[in-house]
Amino acid sequence: MKMTAKEYAKFAKDRAPSSKTAKNMLKAFVIGGGICAAGQGIMELWKVVAGLDMEAAASMTSITMIFIGALLTAIGVYDKLAKHAGAGTIVPITGFANAIVSPAMEFRAEGLVMGMSAKMFVIAGPVLVFGISASIIYGLILLIFRGGV
Amino acid sequence: MAEKRIGRRTIEFASPPAVAGFASVVCKKEGEGPLSGTFDIISSDPLFGEKTWEKAESRMQKTAFMKALEKAALSRTGIDVIFGGDLLNQCIGTGFSVREFGVPFMGLYGACSTMAEGLISAAMAIDGGFAVNAAAITSSHFCTAERQYRFPLEYGGQRTPTAQWTATAAGAVILSEKPGRAVLTKAAIGRIVDLEIRDANNMGAAMAPAAYDTLSALFEDTGTCPSDYDLIITGDLATVGTRILRDMFKADGVDITSHHDDCGMMLFDGTQDVHAGASGCGCSAAVLCGYILRSLEERLLKKVIFAGTGALLSPTSMQQGESIPGICHAVCIEAR
Amino acid sequence: MEYLTAFITGGIICAAAQALIDKTALTPARILVSYVTAGVVLEAVGIYQYIVDFGGAGATVPILGFGYTMAKGVAKAVSETGCLGAFTGGVKSASGGIAAAVFFGYIMALLARPGDKS
Repeated sequence: MKMTAKEYAKFAKDRAPSSKTAKNMLKAFVIGGGICAAGQGIMELWKVVAGLDMEAAASMTSITMIFIGALLTAIGVYDKLAKHAGAGTIVPITGFANAIVSPAMEFRAEGLVMGMSAKMFVIAGPVLVFGISASIIYGLILLIFRGGV
Repeated sequence: MAEKRIGRRTIEFASPPAVAGFASVVCKKEGEGPLSGTFDIISSDPLFGEKTWEKAESRMQKTAFMKALEKAALSRTGIDVIFGGDLLNQCIGTGFSVREFGVPFMGLYGACSTMAEGLISAAMAIDGGFAVNAAAITSSHFCTAERQYRFPLEYGGQRTPTAQWTATAAGAVILSEKPGRAVLTKAAIGRIVDLEIRDANNMGAAMAPAAYDTLSALFEDTGTCPSDYDLIITGDLATVGTRILRDMFKADGVDITSHHDDCGMMLFDGTQDVHAGASGCGCSAAVLCGYILRSLEERLLKKVIFAGTGALLSPTSMQQGESIPGICHAVCIEAR
Repeated sequence: MEYLTAFITGGIICAAAQALIDKTALTPARILVSYVTAGVVLEAVGIYQYIVDFGGAGATVPILGFGYTMAKGVAKAVSETGCLGAFTGGVKSASGGIAAAVFFGYIMALLARPGDKS
């Protein structure tokens, strides 16, 4: 039988199992929400225990959560959690840490310079590139519209 | 004049080369699967005592070759040529494994179809009068494949239902012009078939059209049908590719279901969380160098088509928006 | 109470991303890039602050919050130092997170080796 690429795409799609989207969304909701709730707790701790103001506490919370993500990645737990959580572990800032720590650990085999350091941002790089670029564009737009110097 | 060609695509060996020895080496997960009793060596150490995953893969492949030599009662100097390859860039898994053998070597790249490609190459070398003994070796390692094609091991990604698990396995076959209990009679060399599947997580769908193409040619050229064979076993189409292949044949009015199986579906069972099934050069190699050849030697199977399937993509081609080309090499192995 | 709103807000943001992963051809990488850009845009138009006021960490912990933080930083920097601020503002607010990730990545790579998943 001869099929065009378009016909084959449908033929193949009809025979592939689909993701259990509802179940996955629920797990992402619960685990992602849980990580955020934990972040809320950490922020309260920094405010109360260290007496930091809102902005400083938020920064320290980010750093703390990155540490936690890095640690869980190093001990081999983060990927096990991610198997179930999907977006629930990719979207929070702990996922950012995982995306940096996992290649750092992996490519250390090729040396600290050419391996670990060079490849540390192979997954998370785009987030920084697009985020920083978007912020600069926003800044330039503000400049133009506020007529700043 | 090419007298050994039948029909459009099939070749027939005038003096069918025999299997002199074969061996399979696998790791823990494969050793816990349904075929655990058929492998020569099962390692509990995924590093195989080495410092990196790549060195581990070379060590695993070397071990398979040495074991196959032992079973064939041959020494390295008795092998005239080795055909081998793997999934790694520049096939370093094989290059560094063969480095110490001192045997003439021709490197191959067929992705997961490398075992079948190696077998056909070795058989042609022998039947063509260019070698007395020739070997086909290949391997794959879950960790080396992940770090090259996909993500670092500790990365928290989620695998899709159609994804396949790269097997940590190696296989080696030594063919000889001397008689043996299993011989290679015919083969069909695959051509690349690309129906524009772009999902790197659905290899089965990418490779199935190539399997259909090669197997159809083999049946047509030899005037045979599926029921003429005890087993038609594809390399690693896994559950999705298998469903597609069987339905493609059904649309032609040919039912392969009762005679077809797939190494990617046989290597692991449903409890091992491999989603669609196994993949990797080592998948079809380990099943061949265990279950299939053992069954042929014990005459539990008498006539088998071993059809390795490969997906010829790279991370670069995927990122450039290319689709995934597939290929399938088929070889007919019979019990004597 | 803030814990509940954080849980719900963060949960919804993650569940939406999961739907995108499962239902569209978008890869997680592209979704994250979209999220961080969306965070900048939503704060630029003034919407995201309401989500932060309601959801607290549920709005700042997801990668959308990373964009929000950078946009806030840029606005402040531009009003203080003009053109220079357009370039420094975003990175400055994200600097703690970037530095932490780089440093902890280095440390963890020295201390731990990746494990075979089988």
